[in-house]
Amino acid sequence: MMDYLKAFLVGGAICAVGQLLMDFTKLTPARILVTFVTVGAILQGIGIYQKIVDFGGAGATTPLTGFGYTLAKGAIKEVKEAGMLGALTGGLKSTAGGISGAIFFGYMAALLFNPKSKK
Amino acid sequence: MKTKMSSKQYEQYIKNKMPKPAYLKNCVAAFIVGGLICDVAQLISNTAKSYGYNQEAVSSITAASMVFLGAFLTGLGIYDRIGKFAGAGSIVPITGFANSIVSPAMEFKREGFVFGVGAKMFILAGPVLVYGVSVSILIGTIYYILGK
Amino acid sequence: MMTEKRLGRQTLKLSTPPSMISNTSIVGPKEGEGPLAQYFGQILTDDYFGEDSWEKAESKMLTEVVKNAIKASGMSNTNIDFMFAGDLLNQIVSSSFAARELQIPYIGLYGACSTMTESLCMGSLMIDGGYAEAVVCATSSHFSSAERQYRFPLEQGVQRPPFAQWTVTGAGAAVIARAGSGPYITYATIGKVLDFGIKDANNMGAAMAPAAVDTITAHLNETGRKPDYYDLIITGDLGNVGKAIILDMMQKEGFDITKVYNDCGSMIFDSEKQDTHAGGSGCGCAAVVLNGYIVSEMRKGNINKVLLIATGALLSPTTTWQGESIPSIAHAVAIENTIGVGV
Repeated sequence: MMDYLKAFLVGGAICAVGQLLMDFTKLTPARILVTFVTVGAILQGIGIYQKIVDFGGAGATTPLTGFGYTLAKGAIKEVKEAGMLGALTGGLKSTAGGISGAIFFGYMAALLFNPKSKK
Repeated sequence: MKTKMSSKQYEQYIKNKMPKPAYLKNCVAAFIVGGLICDVAQLISNTAKSYGYNQEAVSSITAASMVFLGAFLTGLGIYDRIGKFAGAGSIVPITGFANSIVSPAMEFKREGFVFGVGAKMFILAGPVLVYGVSVSILIGTIYYILGK
Repeated sequence: MMTEKRLGRQTLKLSTPPSMISNTSIVGPKEGEGPLAQYFGQILTDDYFGEDSWEKAESKMLTEVVKNAIKASGMSNTNIDFMFAGDLLNQIVSSSFAARELQIPYIGLYGACSTMTESLCMGSLMIDGGYAEAVVCATSSHFSSAERQYRFPLEQGVQRPPFAQWTVTGAGAAVIARAGSGPYITYATIGKVLDFGIKDANNMGAAMAPAAVDTITAHLNETGRKPDYYDLIITGDLGNVGKAIILDMMQKEGFDITKVYNDCGSMIFDSEKQDTHAGGSGCGCAAVVLNGYIVSEMRKGNINKVLLIATGALLSPTTTWQGESIPSIAHAVAIENTIGVGV
């Protein structure tokens, strides 16, 4: 049960930071997403994000910072195993499930549904 | 008109006439919804783990499932309503990434399946991939050089 | 040669004020739930209007509203000498596609949300100049087509800032002619493009307010009229934010318009109940409030002298991406039940 509480707190906190950025700096959602991915990857690059993941579990991996974390972690792991080429292949390899899923499910949803006007 | 103001002066002048966002309410809503979305991911992750998948498989299953949920709720027209309430709480999680792919894909269906759906799908998610992947390559490279 | 019909730099006096013959409006479902619902000619239950794209729906609204206006005027298409129309979509396709069907000699205008008064100005001049007996002036906007052109896809889960406005789904048309029993268009004041440096495309009210202040001031100075000459001084789509700014700025200019001032964007929605934040916007906003509410009230005699100032933000999605500020314009028309009285 503890892991749900931790995930809630860590995930909630990361989202709250995003909200503060949006309200105070007028950053658009696309810029927030780009910033979070980049920050997550850099934090993992300097070895910090793994600690947040160890504590927060899905609370740290589900926000887009976690996507950056997975990319960076994959690249580093692949560099260890395959050398320089790993920097190119590692990131996408580790996130392939999420990205392919997003492309495929995105396409299917677009086939099946139509946008509705806002109320 | 007699009034003359520079951009800076005008910005200052209108400042107290602009309604402010409900900072606290928005922040709490983002926290709660974002936290709950992460708990859903935790649930999927724990379930996958209990079936004996290894760590990497678990994270792929979780990511793919969350993306599916985000895409499906967008298709049903529910995700934008969550977003209106939750703000960053539903933008920042990976379900929001899925929403940013599905919403333009649906919107531009009328412009055809190649240049509409196919191309516009990445209008928001494209930059995320560009920067995420580029940074990961840089980090991998730096790691390689330092590791030498 | 003397320009004897022009007062000052910007105001035109119509020597034979054209008369409104018929005014019609069509609005979307959301506008139909707003405070002005009873004034609109037609309220759509489906904002696709039976079409398969928002753009087609918007063009159909414009086509239908013009047809309805011509029908209500008792004339037929062949009696209408010119059509003046414009809208927000790229290359003003709603208007041009409507003109393709209507087969009335057409002058397409782009003044963003100032199009309703811009078209009335140009149409009135055509009549006053003796080149036309009757013209139709029309404009439209659609929430969903504007949103996808200027902002985000509809299903994207974004939060709108509290000062954002809601694009009105609606179209309005007025048939004006040389002969008629009013209300009459007596003056037109052509605006200048002003830019006070606002860059946030969500903050239209603040971007457009200076242009409105400039045009109202020019109108009052050049006609010599006082604000309380009018029963109503009404801007097109400044919304609640722009409304607060304009009242204050007009004070600075030495005119107190508080008692007679309102804004179409503030009136068309109940922003609390309908969650529209700072109010309505879009070409359709001034168009449906004029052709719905204002003209009805004038015909009933509840109000007799109106100054309508429709405001337009002259930005494009490209200039927004390139970080440019938002130039704005405002055109005013004076609409009065009687001519030849007052100053």
